[in-house]
Amino acid sequence: MSWVNDVIQGILLGGYYGIIACGLALMFGVMRIINLAHGDIAVLGAFLMYLLLQHWHTSPFIALLPVLPVMLLFGYLLQRLILQRSLRAGVLTPLLATFGISIVIQNALEQGFGPDVQSLGGETGSLVTASWNINSQISIAALSALIFVAALVIYAALQFFLSRTRMGRQMRAAAEDPDTAELVGIDSRAVYARATAIAVGIATLGGLALALRTTFSSYAGPNQLIFAFEAVVIGGMGASIWGALLGGIVLGIAQTIGAQINPEWSVLSGHIVFLLVLISPRGGLLTLRAGRVRRRAGSTRLRATA
Amino acid sequence: MSATSTDSSAPARATIRRWTPLSGGFTGGLGAFGIALVFVPIVMQARTVQDLTALLILVLMAVMWNALAGYGGLVSVGLQAYIGLGAYATIWFSLKGIDPYWAMILATLFCAVVAVPLSFVVLRFRGAQFAIGTWVVAEAIGIYIGLDNQLGAGTGTSLVQLDSYATSTREHITYWFALGMTALFSIGVFVMLRSRLGASLQAIRDDEEAAASVGVRVVAGKRILFLLASAGCGAAGALTVANILFVQPTSIFSVNYSADMIFMVLVGGIGTFEGPIIGALILYFIQQQFGNDGTWYLIGLGATAIVFAVLFPRGLWGMLQDRTGWQFLPVGYRLRRAAAIPPPERDQNPAEAVG
Repeated sequence: MSWVNDVIQGILLGGYYGIIACGLALMFGVMRIINLAHGDIAVLGAFLMYLLLQHWHTSPFIALLPVLPVMLLFGYLLQRLILQRSLRAGVLTPLLATFGISIVIQNALEQGFGPDVQSLGGETGSLVTASWNINSQISIAALSALIFVAALVIYAALQFFLSRTRMGRQMRAAAEDPDTAELVGIDSRAVYARATAIAVGIATLGGLALALRTTFSSYAGPNQLIFAFEAVVIGGMGASIWGALLGGIVLGIAQTIGAQINPEWSVLSGHIVFLLVLISPRGGLLTLRAGRVRRRAGSTRLRATA
Repeated sequence: MSATSTDSSAPARATIRRWTPLSGGFTGGLGAFGIALVFVPIVMQARTVQDLTALLILVLMAVMWNALAGYGGLVSVGLQAYIGLGAYATIWFSLKGIDPYWAMILATLFCAVVAVPLSFVVLRFRGAQFAIGTWVVAEAIGIYIGLDNQLGAGTGTSLVQLDSYATSTREHITYWFALGMTALFSIGVFVMLRSRLGASLQAIRDDEEAAASVGVRVVAGKRILFLLASAGCGAAGALTVANILFVQPTSIFSVNYSADMIFMVLVGGIGTFEGPIIGALILYFIQQQFGNDGTWYLIGLGATAIVFAVLFPRGLWGMLQDRTGWQFLPVGYRLRRAAAIPPPERDQNPAEAVG
């Protein structure tokens, strides 16, 4: 029965990885950019909320309200001022630019907040400790469940946005073929900036989830980025937005089961599952379904070629 | 990538030049400089020798990262995997009773061997995915070695076997090793670039599909480059542990090595042979000046990388080359027409930013 519990905990942990991976998958899907600063942006969001909570003693969820618009603007400007310019020199130059941004954010946070480990879990009152005991071995923490539900809501909202709204359709068009999208009057630069803003916004939600469920420090970003990337690849890059959530769940299960075998093996077993999926012929859980998904109307698939 | 096909208007009267007086003179000068460097330990202080060893390691890393990214289009954030493996393999072979300097050579070869199976995994990735895919591999190897008690686990271990050498002897031999390895791998890249493989690799970088369509063996070319860079970074790791004598998983497998490599190549000039060397010199002097400033130093490094990526993606040397047409090392093809009014010579080595 403890295995059942591990799987359940893994699925719930996967909800967190799904949130972190979502923005990374969106940016990759729309612009072919892998944002190496994605994890650091999530941590930056967490630190901004931490900063607010230092001054106003309130709930982290209230602190999110002013931080989110700031981060959306940050994402918009990031695309407009840095990434858009670097895109001109090919797809690999933005990668180098985001790596530079990652180093700047990490060390600016270290400079501003010091090396101490922080957490926002203590600010939520009973939420952190509450749990439902299904039986003697299976118990579900309220916070984990909340994060998982939040992941489902975020993915459903993003799917609705991409398939049902005008802005979302423009985003898919610009992702599929920016030149043709320009011909029909879509400003692909504006679309890219919006996509980055949304990705950064979702990363901020991921930062909140991180800060609630565990501790974070200024150098926590790269690990979050790696987990997010693993989730995206395991899910099958570009196959579907939902692939990232599914990949996150697989990663979460791998880590919890690995930790059960040996606590030191938690992260390593996630890496190993990632590499195994990579060398498997399918190379991603949802990649084979890609052809089918593409024909379906209102799909959340962003590009024809993965 | 044949130079004759680039100008169809005057094919019969064009000649291809690979050497120019400038590049010939410079290559000879560099060779002489390299030979002069051999004598540094005899005339310089110990402190200088150790610093120069560190500088040579930086040059080696930059040349390797540039070989992969600038010529193969394979931007990696995970070459620290081989730096760490090279360092730990040196210690492991030394523990087996092998002389540490032989162990360094074995460790370099070991990294090339390990890179063979890994190349089948990571070369499935393209573009930006390769960058972070190699990073995951580096993290996995770093964690795995951190679990090995024989190698000191997470707290690290020392290369105590080097104590059998007197301090000054050790420093001199390590310096000569660094010089030899850097020269060996630089010459290796140089020879490769001048060969058929070099041309096909740059074709892969510029357009993989197009290269494949004209018969370039894309995956084989990438694999050779990947193995070369892995061995080179393995040597850099072995030299690092010989220079500082201590190694710890979190620092030797740190992504900061990738940050350094990216900085050196981006600032110096990606896809040029001379750029990474200049970048290494710049990083070395920055480290000497500001290395103690911790976070501010790193913020400056990151910010500079952003500025170069966004505004000057060709790097310092690339920009100079654009202005002057200089090429100090003859790794490209130059087309010279035998017309009455010779048009300005064009550099046929498409040393553009990665793409």
